[in-house]
Amino acid sequence: MTTTHPDPASPATGPVLALDEVSIRLGGRQILDRVAFALAAGEFTGLIGSNGAGKTTLLRIVMGLRSPDAGTVRVGGKPLARRARQVGYVPQKIQIEPDAPLRARDLVALGLDGERLGPRLPSRTRNRQVDEMLEAVDAARFADERVGTLSGGEQQRVLIAHALIGRPRLLLMDEPLANLDLRSGQEIVELTSRVAKEQGVAVLLSAHDINPLLPVMDKVVYLAGGRAACGTTEQVVRSDVLSELYRHPVSVLRVDGRILVVAGSTVTADVLPPRSEPSVAAAVGRGVRA
Amino acid sequence: MSGVLNSIFEPGFFSSGPVHAALLTGAVVAAVSGAVGVFTVLRSQSFAGHSLSDLGTLGGSGAFLLGVGPLWGFITAGVVVGGAMDLAGSQRRNSRDVATGIVLGAVLGLSALLLYFDTTSSSTTGVTVTVLFGSLFAVSGFTVPATLAFAGLGLSALALCYRPLLLSSVSSDLAAARGIRVRLLGLVFMIVMGVTVALSSLIVGTILSPALLIGPAATALRLTRRPLAAMGLAAALGAGATWLGILLAYDSYHWPPIGDGWPVSSFVVALIFLAYLLSALRKPERRTETVYSENTVHAVSGAV
Amino acid sequence: MFAPFMENTWITASIIAAIAALVGFFVVLRGATFTAHAVPNAAFAGAAGASLIGVSSLLGLGAFSLGGALLIGVLSRRGRHDAVTALIVALMLGLGALFLSWSTEYAPEIYSLLFGEVLGLSSNETNLTAILAVVCVLILACVYRPLLLSSTLPEAAEARGISAARIDALFLVLVALATTTAVPVVGALLMFSLMIGPPAAARALTKHPAPAMALGVVLALATVWIAIAASYQTNWPIGFFVGVGSAAWYVLARIGAWARLSVKSVGERA
Repeated sequence: MTTTHPDPASPATGPVLALDEVSIRLGGRQILDRVAFALAAGEFTGLIGSNGAGKTTLLRIVMGLRSPDAGTVRVGGKPLARRARQVGYVPQKIQIEPDAPLRARDLVALGLDGERLGPRLPSRTRNRQVDEMLEAVDAARFADERVGTLSGGEQQRVLIAHALIGRPRLLLMDEPLANLDLRSGQEIVELTSRVAKEQGVAVLLSAHDINPLLPVMDKVVYLAGGRAACGTTEQVVRSDVLSELYRHPVSVLRVDGRILVVAGSTVTADVLPPRSEPSVAAAVGRGVRA
Repeated sequence: MSGVLNSIFEPGFFSSGPVHAALLTGAVVAAVSGAVGVFTVLRSQSFAGHSLSDLGTLGGSGAFLLGVGPLWGFITAGVVVGGAMDLAGSQRRNSRDVATGIVLGAVLGLSALLLYFDTTSSSTTGVTVTVLFGSLFAVSGFTVPATLAFAGLGLSALALCYRPLLLSSVSSDLAAARGIRVRLLGLVFMIVMGVTVALSSLIVGTILSPALLIGPAATALRLTRRPLAAMGLAAALGAGATWLGILLAYDSYHWPPIGDGWPVSSFVVALIFLAYLLSALRKPERRTETVYSENTVHAVSGAV
Repeated sequence: MFAPFMENTWITASIIAAIAALVGFFVVLRGATFTAHAVPNAAFAGAAGASLIGVSSLLGLGAFSLGGALLIGVLSRRGRHDAVTALIVALMLGLGALFLSWSTEYAPEIYSLLFGEVLGLSSNETNLTAILAVVCVLILACVYRPLLLSSTLPEAAEARGISAARIDALFLVLVALATTTAVPVVGALLMFSLMIGPPAAARALTKHPAPAMALGVVLALATVWIAIAASYQTNWPIGFFVGVGSAAWYVLARIGAWARLSVKSVGERA
């Protein structure tokens, strides 16, 4: 079950990504239960949920690596074919040995033609594209280093360049902040937002903490108990909405512009009868602001 | 001047038929081994390569019993076992290693038995040496074009799958997201490795063929960071070591102590090791971290 | 087969089986399967060289086992663990083949060094083996607990002052000792299955460390005794029986453990 809140800002053109009633059951648990939401072009969306909430499963379904039990996924209005070049993907981490003979620029180049058979002919156009992409993610200075020797943050940049060089319409990022320190994480978020805006790419970035994404996020998809709530932060990250989602009292506290989600109800948190469709104004008006 | 040349290239070297065959097949096989070896190292499948060659022992000794040349035994073992190993799944857990080790023990034991039968039935005592340590100078007849054909096949497969193989070695998710059939590719590569190991078993024997697969590759990886360059360098190193080994083995025919020549495979392996040692003199490039691995506690160098 | 001249074989074989199983317990615990494979192969060169010079092959074996084991340990600190070890092993094997090619008994020598030889053990060698075995057992008895702790929880052990590097060196020495005693009888290629099979089988059947070690010894003894008897009767190589026998124990043990688990779960559900 999903609660989608009306988004007055979304353009009339078709959504880049549309999930409709997607459900999947794994290992005896309903991981996703009739999840539905849509992303418009160029939107930066955070996919928020705790560990085990189903974020990675959802991303893999969107990529076409896993089939849902029910529901449909459409990218750019079309069902997702396995070879869709419309989706770029940045995994959380890659396992590669330090002495593996692959430079950063080699990995980025594979973003253009990694699935083609046969030998690769030299191409100046391709080299230029690779250089430009590396510049865009500020990875030019270690372009010729082995991928396996790069730090976590440096590897993330290279993976982002790899994903974006093919000019996809949608960029999926699987918990990029999980293994990075606070500063590197912030840099990656800002970098991704900037490049995505330049290329008009919609971004779906999964994380378990919403705060690093607040400065750049247009929308949020909050995942809990297999269900999803989709809308702006003000619409979704509220005590009543999240309590409904978790099926358990949850309080959303806002401190210093940051958001804290804690279990249990507090006196000062939002209180609204569940299952009603609050107007945007009402939702904005409630709650505690510092 | 000609005296010096004569002592380096013993007379008869360039005109000897077996030497020609050895130079040709040796170089081609070593080159393919080097190139495939780079991917083996990239995909961390060195242990699989080792197992393949040990299992090839069974194929080789069985082939002799059937009266067939060792190449066919090796190839059969390489393709069948390579395919089976991939299909059986590949996890690098402790228990997996133990199980593999035990299977290897049983297979080697069986090979010992077959070799014993070979020796007693055909009274050719050289079978053990041929299978385990190679028979490069005995390569002749149909074996030469067959070897070249297999080598060509392996190289073509590698060239065809170069980019998808590279990408899926880095991250199978990234590859799958682009529509690459990762499992099929893995199977193809295992078979290519099986064939490669079989070919190199012909040159240096099953016991030493991991050296031909991994040695030049490991050396090349220390010297260059470009994938294509690494493959080329590994191929060149392997072929070079083989040629030099052939030359030295030929020259050694009059050396002490018994004047019957020193084994080719010993030379080739020693040269490969030497090359690796020389490459190790290079200063490390980047960081070092302390890693507590499953096996033992070491300080593992993240450097090159 | 119980003639006086076989006496030494039986005694020696029993000793090496016991040592192999005891050391093998830690090999399996530490996941050092590849090391167990590599050290005997390295020892091959020592045995070959020693037999060439006419020195007791045990000495050559011992020197190369120890040197090879420690070299593997030192070098794995520097570079890729697998590649370096594989190359050293290959070099040793190549050297061994070279040494043997200088002798007149090339092929048979290679065969018996690689796959084992039942006959021809002198009482001198038996005594030497016994001494090495005693040394091995003494070391094990001394460091049993630190070795156990460091093998299972290396960081915790380090925190208690047990240097993982030194434990590793000690472990390699133990492997070298086991290798030196076993290779002349069981052969370089198949010695490792004696170190892995019986202990792995024992592990599958019991979870307590001390009984597991004892059971491993029992299984190893059984393997070797059957192997000697069978090899004597059929003339087939002893390595065959050791390799296949170790695998058989392992398979039986796994089946037994799985059967016990199924019976238990059926009982729980009832």
